[in-house]
Amino acid sequence: MRRVVVTGLGLVTPLGGDVATSWSRLVAGQSGIGPITRFDASDYACRIAGEVPYGDGSDGSFNPDRRLDSKLQRQVDRFIHFGLDAAGQALEDAGLAELTEAEQLRAGVLIGSGIGGLPGIAEESITLHERGPRRVSPHFVHGRLINLVSGQVSIRYGLKGPNHAVVTACSTGAHAIGDAARLIMWDDADIMVAGGAEASICPLGIAGFAQAKALSTRYNDEPTRASRPWDRDRDGFVMGEGAGIVVLEEMERAKRRGATIYGEVVGYGLTGDAYHVTAPHPEGDGAYRAMAMALKRARLDPSDIDYVNAHGTSTPMGDELELGAVRRLFGNAIGRLSMSSTKSAIGHLLGGAGAVESIFCLLSLRDQVVPPTLNLDNPCEGAEGVDLVPHVARERKVEAALNNSFGFGGTNATVIFRKV
Amino acid sequence: MSDIAERVKKIVVEHLGVEPDKVTEDSSFIDDLGADSLDTVELVMAFEDEFGVEIPDDAAEKILTVKDAIAFVAAHGK
Repeated sequence: MRRVVVTGLGLVTPLGGDVATSWSRLVAGQSGIGPITRFDASDYACRIAGEVPYGDGSDGSFNPDRRLDSKLQRQVDRFIHFGLDAAGQALEDAGLAELTEAEQLRAGVLIGSGIGGLPGIAEESITLHERGPRRVSPHFVHGRLINLVSGQVSIRYGLKGPNHAVVTACSTGAHAIGDAARLIMWDDADIMVAGGAEASICPLGIAGFAQAKALSTRYNDEPTRASRPWDRDRDGFVMGEGAGIVVLEEMERAKRRGATIYGEVVGYGLTGDAYHVTAPHPEGDGAYRAMAMALKRARLDPSDIDYVNAHGTSTPMGDELELGAVRRLFGNAIGRLSMSSTKSAIGHLLGGAGAVESIFCLLSLRDQVVPPTLNLDNPCEGAEGVDLVPHVARERKVEAALNNSFGFGGTNATVIFRKV
Repeated sequence: MSDIAERVKKIVVEHLGVEPDKVTEDSSFIDDLGADSLDTVELVMAFEDEFGVEIPDDAAEKILTVKDAIAFVAAHGK
């Protein structure tokens, strides 16, 4: 089987508009959560979120003008802005922003989203209602479709191989990377641009998740304290937005051209809970099997894993069930593991989460440091003897890192990366 | 008349993302200014909003240049 490595990274997160800013602020223990500014949320049960900071980019903020012209910005939803920019970052980082004709035919894209263009769908439905069908934008459909991050990236960078997208709620980003790696393993492509993008911080998005009782509502006055995975006082997740995109490349090709290799995609596991639309399986069964499947594929033992970037959304049920599944699978090896949830700093990026967090895993391999779990003041039951990296990042050996991502519908994905 | 021409040109510049000096009265939206069929639908909607006119589909199909748009608005605009 052909081996697959990561040679380019791109990030847009609530901590910054690029990889360096997002990562350095994450490791420094900073939070990207604040009051919602995109709309007047004063009537909402949840009034906080992790919004991407906009600016001219000089201070590490997100500058949409850097890779998108004003026309495209107007025509397509925000999640496409984030995805296209992060894909551009990743391709530039990999030195593959300009491909030869032969390379183009062997380069593809597989970027997903959990929800896609919800803000635009909501707004345009109001236009339809108030002004009638002739006032609906001709760009409405293609500007909102989930696979149009992939479509836009393919067109912009001339990627003529597989043009695909994943939609598996909050597992999307991890599934996209795992599936894209397989396309390279099976020789359908040599280069894949893969990941996830999300931008659902809008009235309908916040209202919907709040009605599903998934969001934190107790910390509206102290936003940076709201996302607190495994803490006894956690009360739901905080919505984030952004995108994480990687460039995957067949390993021999990457080595031949002397590319920077962040790590190898060695393991991928995917399972279904077959239990409930929103609640995780009460024994964390699907999560356990996804991790076990990924370890088997990677031919690694639990004791080989140094860092787990957990799904850890800060919901009352999910955090403990994931921890329990890790504990059962890792057995005694759990004592040498570090496991943190970076959602404590950036919130839950839904379809973007698994890809952003995979990039954090890759950066932990590069820098030999694991990012912290913020706000973990009083660990929940079952956390004894597990290094959940409370408050402060930890320098340590990281040879292999595992990302978990679980989504509504009972869908679970685990991806494992190893240093090359 | 010149006020209408300026307003039409401003809309074209904004919606097509082109430099103002490229937009002349003879400019064809598709051939000269890089618009596609979706852009032309959006342009017609913008003209309708700006000038408070309704541009039926059969009339919209004949608005191919800046001059065509100015003429339609001058004849039908409020």
